[in-house]
Amino acid sequence: MAPAAFADAVRDEATLRRFLHGLPGVDQVGAEARAAGLATRSIKKAAKVWALELAIRCVDLTTLEGADTPGKVRALCAKARRPDPADPSTPQVAAVCIYPDLVPTAVAGLAGSPVAVASVATAFPSGRASLRTKLADVADAVQGGASEVDMVIDRGAFLCGRYGQVYDEIVAVKEACGAAHLKVILETGELSTLDNVRRASWLALLAGGDFIKTSTGKVSPAATPPVSLVMLQAVRDFALSTGERRGVKLAGGIRAAKDAVRYLVMVREVAGEDWLDPGLFRLGASTLLNDLLLQRQKERDGAYSGPDYVTVD
Amino acid sequence: MPTWEYAPAPEARETARLRQSYGMFVNGEFTGGSGAASLKTVNPATEEVLAEVAVADQSDVDNAVAAARRAYQTVWGPMPGRERAKYLFRIARTVQERSRELAVLESLDNGKPIKESRDVDVPLAAAHFFYYAGWADKLAYAFSGPRPTGQGLGPDPRPLGVAGQVIPWNFPLLMAAWKLAPALAAGNTCVLKPAETTPLSALVLAEICQQAELPPGVVNVLPGAGDTGAAVVAHPDVDKVAFTGSTEVGKQIQRMAAGTRKRLTLELGGKAANVVFDDAPLDQAVEGIVNGIFFNQGHVCCAGSRLLVQESVYDELLDMLKRRLGTLRLGDPLDKNTDIGAINSAAQLARIRQLTEAGEAEGALRWSPACSLPDRGFWFPPTVFTGVSQAHRIAREEIFGPVLSVLTFRTPAEAVEKANNTPYGLSAGIWTEKGSRILWMAQRLRAGVVWANTFNRFDPSSPFGGYKESGFGREGGRHGLAAYLATDEEPVR
Amino acid sequence: MTEPEPRLAVRKTYKLYLDGGFPRSESGRSYEVSTPDGQFLANAAQASRKDARDAVRAARKAVAGWSGATAYNRGQVLYRVAEVLEGRRAQFVAEVAASEGLTTAAAESRVDAAVDRWVWYAGWTDKIASVFGATNPVAGPYFDFSLPEPTGVVAVLAPQRSSLLGLVSVVAPVIAGGNTGVLLASEERPLPAITLGEVLATSDLPAGVVNVLTGRTAELAPWLASHRDVNGIDLCGAPPELATELERTAADTVKRVLRAPYGGEEPDWTTDPGTRRLTAFLEIKTVWHPMGI
Repeated sequence: MAPAAFADAVRDEATLRRFLHGLPGVDQVGAEARAAGLATRSIKKAAKVWALELAIRCVDLTTLEGADTPGKVRALCAKARRPDPADPSTPQVAAVCIYPDLVPTAVAGLAGSPVAVASVATAFPSGRASLRTKLADVADAVQGGASEVDMVIDRGAFLCGRYGQVYDEIVAVKEACGAAHLKVILETGELSTLDNVRRASWLALLAGGDFIKTSTGKVSPAATPPVSLVMLQAVRDFALSTGERRGVKLAGGIRAAKDAVRYLVMVREVAGEDWLDPGLFRLGASTLLNDLLLQRQKERDGAYSGPDYVTVD
Repeated sequence: MPTWEYAPAPEARETARLRQSYGMFVNGEFTGGSGAASLKTVNPATEEVLAEVAVADQSDVDNAVAAARRAYQTVWGPMPGRERAKYLFRIARTVQERSRELAVLESLDNGKPIKESRDVDVPLAAAHFFYYAGWADKLAYAFSGPRPTGQGLGPDPRPLGVAGQVIPWNFPLLMAAWKLAPALAAGNTCVLKPAETTPLSALVLAEICQQAELPPGVVNVLPGAGDTGAAVVAHPDVDKVAFTGSTEVGKQIQRMAAGTRKRLTLELGGKAANVVFDDAPLDQAVEGIVNGIFFNQGHVCCAGSRLLVQESVYDELLDMLKRRLGTLRLGDPLDKNTDIGAINSAAQLARIRQLTEAGEAEGALRWSPACSLPDRGFWFPPTVFTGVSQAHRIAREEIFGPVLSVLTFRTPAEAVEKANNTPYGLSAGIWTEKGSRILWMAQRLRAGVVWANTFNRFDPSSPFGGYKESGFGREGGRHGLAAYLATDEEPVR
Repeated sequence: MTEPEPRLAVRKTYKLYLDGGFPRSESGRSYEVSTPDGQFLANAAQASRKDARDAVRAARKAVAGWSGATAYNRGQVLYRVAEVLEGRRAQFVAEVAASEGLTTAAAESRVDAAVDRWVWYAGWTDKIASVFGATNPVAGPYFDFSLPEPTGVVAVLAPQRSSLLGLVSVVAPVIAGGNTGVLLASEERPLPAITLGEVLATSDLPAGVVNVLTGRTAELAPWLASHRDVNGIDLCGAPPELATELERTAADTVKRVLRAPYGGEEPDWTTDPGTRRLTAFLEIKTVWHPMGI
């Protein structure tokens, strides 16, 4: 349940609402300016290589398509274990992220490796189903062997102000996760305002989410610098108030290594160095990994690389 | 968990195309002038000499003013606005084209981080020239009311003649743009005196005027110290004086101009209050506070040097602020990751030290984030004084450095009273999510520029200037033109 | 020294400028354009009502981006247009001389004036708000301000005689204010308008901000005047016998109308344009907000 510091805030929906609405507002223009300022950091040479390797280690390599097959998932797992076949020094990614029915395939494909199996659940991506259906979805994933569950919040309920319902659902899902760690997808593109992102972040953290996550990747805009800034501020503030560190996962629309490095700068300067770790920071992506590999090759070899030197999965 | 050190990311110094010596710019040419004296301009981050610069003496000032007068009477004054516009447009474009060179040069000469000179100073300088280029052929539309006519110069409002302009060291290129652009657009010619410690970017701007084929004498640049500036503003053939600098010198200039027909605008010091209410968007308020006093090392006349925090949110805000200050990076101005650069001169550093010592002596509590200062150069860590009251020197006197004084208040009325309780009146900041309160406060704050939920925002279209001892006259916008045009009440020659 | 071999010039094909590209008319039609004394110059595209419809659609799509850009940014783009226009001076001089039957010297003065006119409007973008906006001292504790905003999509019937200077004088003020435009070029003298389209296409002007149609004014103008997604119309180039009817049609959607010149006489484009063309297509929005603690 909610940490002791906030037990009162979640005692009922009305109190929870007052708490969430009492959080400081976010000035959109100011937040965007701060995010843009952080993007001017120039990360070169050894610092860049360090960042690229950390970024690789933070990737949740993802495939979430209707057309996914066991073959596709097996290929993804092979890539997750060995992202750059020509360079065994390349780190492995943090996890593979797929739909629940493909979890057993992924578990088999990653057997013996430290790469985790993360599954989306709760009627991903829309979240529009009964709680019973959503919990059954979680059970499938967990029973299939997933060690991480990425749930979606009910955005309709949130936008109606039914914060209690959203809270209760997260608590129920967390319980259904058992030992698996829970990421709570806020779908920030649908929440629309940074004030909502802040409130949803706090709501998810109070309800026990191990990670807060920006997006399903199916809605645009997904992860953006100002949204990421607000979420990193939330986990920072949560940690300062409770002593508990929760993670942030940025997903959707992050394709370039340059952007991944910028986000790492933001993590460091907003949340703190402790968050520069796959245990507290993830990047949900598919094409990003190849760009990270290409940039790593360029730093290593001193020449720009090309698509022939990374694998298609 | 290894810490992540950002590798050094220095801008290449060679980009500045530094020369060993620079002449003054008179009548379209660079010259050594009378050769009476020269000064050495120093890189404040390293104390190394950057270049030797010719210093203008009285005879050089006379020559420059004469050249400006000739150019005004024979070339620039009679020129149609649409042609003047195109010269200014050329200058703007060339500033853009040479922006990297100018940014590196500015950081070398001034000590400010390259991030600021690249992202703020140089783009704004170009923008000022673009903006005023567009006014040169629209002066008739700038102001309402009947036009003073006469002297066969057509329906446009008339310029004043020769402008003597003295600028400070904190934004050397930008201040040159703020002075030259409106003056030239309105049809005046200029004699510009850049600051003693930062003459170089103004001289490159003069070179840009040459590249733009600006007629000789329209712009003249005279490096030197206080006495050169005094000679420029006191010259009997200067019609218009524009000064940005300390209040103390501004008063001297105002005394000098008394009894003459010189028109005068002054942009002087400040001790702005940055007011944070308990319903402020706190993370953005912290950014605004940091930007307000640590941008440009606090060498900003409109710096938010007094933080007025509503008592009910004091603890939370100060905690956030101190945490944020821990991420500021102080060091080599040419490093792209530097947030805080060097103090511009030994003299300024001494003044900052003197006032911060006074702060401690008067009982305020001093705090700085852990910060290692380079061995050579002029450096001062970002500093916060809490427990400050209006009676403290550090709450009243302009420090012009990265030093923030924190005071508290309980109600909006008290905030207004404290904010206004100063002889200065240049700027103020208001942080609250409540729109009505922003407007209520803005209405009551006696300051020429009020920033709400933001700080240190400048735009060529937005008038800037002070109340009270922060000076008078506005720069930027339609109002900024008024300083350089004649009205019926004060006919010109 | 031997005589140089005779060389055949590669003639330009004149198409429409629509949504940032140069398509032919969807109708496949073209019509002959000649000099005033009957010499063939080119076949110009004869636009259809569907081209007009597509142009309006493109202009509408471009509104959000163009009106949402900062005034400074619009000014920078317009300055760039002037630079490219100046760079093609010789080409325009030749085209204007041929289109209007002018001497080279006369054409040069038109082209130079057109460039300077464009620069004049480039400098207006970030001054409109200061000159035409206001804060209003209402009798109560309210902050009250009025802001000029672009009306949206403006159809412009370019003057029939002045093929470049007049053209520039009607299209630049529309876009300087943040509107997007569908420009119907002079029927008999359309070529400089298409070349201007080439300038616009290479000057950072976003696709759809200006769209240029060539063809029969009497055929196309009514479709623009009646189009419900057009917010304003400049009837400068309307044939006198059609002008009143077009104005009546525009009334069906209460369009903002700049009337055709009285008596059908084209204005003297060399004089100070004034601000009428800027303000005709600006809406004034007034906002109130209380002032209180």
